[in-house]
Amino acid sequence: MHIIKLIFKNAFRHKLRTFLTILGITIAILSFGLLRTVISAWYAGVEASSATRLVSRNSISLVFSLPISYKDKIRQIEGVKIVSYGNWFGGIYIDEKNFFANYAVDPKTYFELYPEIILSPEQKDAFVRDRKAFVAGRKLIAKYGWKIGDTITLKGTIFPGNWDFVLRGIYKGRDQTVDETAFIFHWEYLNEALKKTAPLRTDQVGFYMIGVTKPSLAASVAADIDKTFKNSLAETLTETEKAFQLGFISMTEAIVIAIQLVSFVVIFIIMAVMANTMAMTARERIGEYAIFKTMGFGGWHIAGLIFGESLFITMIGCIIGIVLTFPAAKAFGTELSTYFPIFIVEDKTICLDILASFTVALVAAIFPTWRAIKIRIADGLRRIG
Amino acid sequence: MGNKSPIVEIKNLSKSYRRGNQILPVLQDITLDIAEGEFLALMGPSGSGKTTLLNLIAGIDKADKGIIKIGGVDITSLSETELAHWRAANVGFIFQFYNLIPVLTAFENVELPLLLTSLSKKDRQDHVKMALQVVNLLDRMDHYPGQLSGGQQQRVAIARAVVTDPVILVADEPTGDLDRVSATEVLQLMERLVHELGKTIIMVTHDPWATKVAHIIRHLDKGILNAHHQTDF
Ligand SMILES: Nc1ncnc2c1ncn2[C@@H]1O[C@H](COP(=O)(O)OP(=O)(O)OP(=O)(O)O)[C@@H](O)[C@H]1O
Ligand SMILES: [Mg+2]
Repeated sequence: MHIIKLIFKNAFRHKLRTFLTILGITIAILSFGLLRTVISAWYAGVEASSATRLVSRNSISLVFSLPISYKDKIRQIEGVKIVSYGNWFGGIYIDEKNFFANYAVDPKTYFELYPEIILSPEQKDAFVRDRKAFVAGRKLIAKYGWKIGDTITLKGTIFPGNWDFVLRGIYKGRDQTVDETAFIFHWEYLNEALKKTAPLRTDQVGFYMIGVTKPSLAASVAADIDKTFKNSLAETLTETEKAFQLGFISMTEAIVIAIQLVSFVVIFIIMAVMANTMAMTARERIGEYAIFKTMGFGGWHIAGLIFGESLFITMIGCIIGIVLTFPAAKAFGTELSTYFPIFIVEDKTICLDILASFTVALVAAIFPTWRAIKIRIADGLRRIG
Repeated sequence: MGNKSPIVEIKNLSKSYRRGNQILPVLQDITLDIAEGEFLALMGPSGSGKTTLLNLIAGIDKADKGIIKIGGVDITSLSETELAHWRAANVGFIFQFYNLIPVLTAFENVELPLLLTSLSKKDRQDHVKMALQVVNLLDRMDHYPGQLSGGQQQRVAIARAVVTDPVILVADEPTGDLDRVSATEVLQLMERLVHELGKTIIMVTHDPWATKVAHIIRHLDKGILNAHHQTDF
């Protein structure tokens, strides 16, 4: 007979109450885990960004473009290794609700700068050779069932008209943090077409992507680039990829904060539920604790029984909740893949789940333990009968 | 019996409760010696302070004034923690409502107080079986309290009280919740503990039959212990 066994048996004395409490904790941990995963999905772009890449854009706003002629000038700046460029295309596939990222890039430099985008050499060749070609991430391909050689039409929003592209390659991410839902095609194709339809908009890029030789140079290179184009017609704003991504997120920061808040409210509520369960449990057993004390068991033993039971119940709920988080996140992620291309349960989230459960268990046990220890034995014994 | 040295020595013991700003005397200047191997029954009307006195002797309540020496140790001078250790080694408790832990078997209930000792698992097992043998319930050791009658539960409680081989046994109305047959069984068992094992028992009781087994009967009335009176047993 050991204390552990007694804790286990005590926990199931009120089966329904314990079951409902565990259910509540399971749901709380599941919701907490999913909300935390939404938050990490939000920051996924930031996490995936590289310390050796800069993004340069028009200093007025992202909507304004930069001349292609900057490319050679940027390349001459010390510390710059690769210069690539692209345009946000914003095309629509059949219907507006089919949202995915699509942009025009310079294929050769793009793949050099983004080694995390993995494409077989044959497909890469096929893509580079065909001006109308595009490649897409495997999740996007899977979603629409496209096959190599298929012609896909996007309806331009920023660049009017119907644009046809031929699928030449399917890329996958080097790891889970890479977005596998993007649609990438030739900047040249876009530019050539604009020469006929909108000559004023030709030879413009939405942003430059710049690889620097080492991370420590990032800040100085960024400053040098902006200095180079100071007082020109289109001034640049250059920042690290991370800062650039964070800039995007800051627009939606209020939502992220709200989700953060809700995730903690969930934990707070379950803390109240658990505290109530433990208070009821301990109140019912005040007489029993008195019996233990008459036999010479001390405050530590009583505390062990109450904290042990609280931990035991919360940890069961926590484990079930964590186990359920994975399939739930998968289902969630598939459903929302276009909004959250990366929706994975991070280790950090699991750690937070466990930390939250521990906190709930400990907080819930403090008051009942204090009462059980404090009550005089004689008074505790009078509660029996 | 008279020439044995007292195992319990109580001198000028007083205790009162405070209710609001009113002081309620519960025990007044109690002096009492109990010799080793005696079976003392404490009787008296409800509210006369019997439980309070028993609790003081057992070291689970604090007196206002006076001395309680048990086996030569003045327990009124012990700290809470020291008292807990002292109780574990020196006192066995028997309550009116048996107070077994319902989720533990008879065996496990009797084993509980031994968990505070340094005995090995094997030694604990031997002690528990011996105690259950004394109360004649060895065959019920795997039963839960809910599967036992009131009398059987009280016998398990007695086994739990004696398993550590304490100096004194205190019992607060041990037959108060039992039918006549079970009550008699319990009283006879307690008598055997005194006769065969040489235990000292202090028992609070309302049960007139208890006078048949107890050596000494003392009456408590409004917190005052009446004159000495020995049974003609
Ligand atoms: N914690 C307390 N606070 C205030 N008064 C108390 C407290 N505990 C006991 N009393 C009072 O002390 C007196 C003696 O109580 P005690 O329980 O010792 O009586 P008793 O002789 O055991 O009675 P019974 O036969 O009904 O068990 C009673 O008047 C009771 O109300
Ligand atoms: Mg009483």
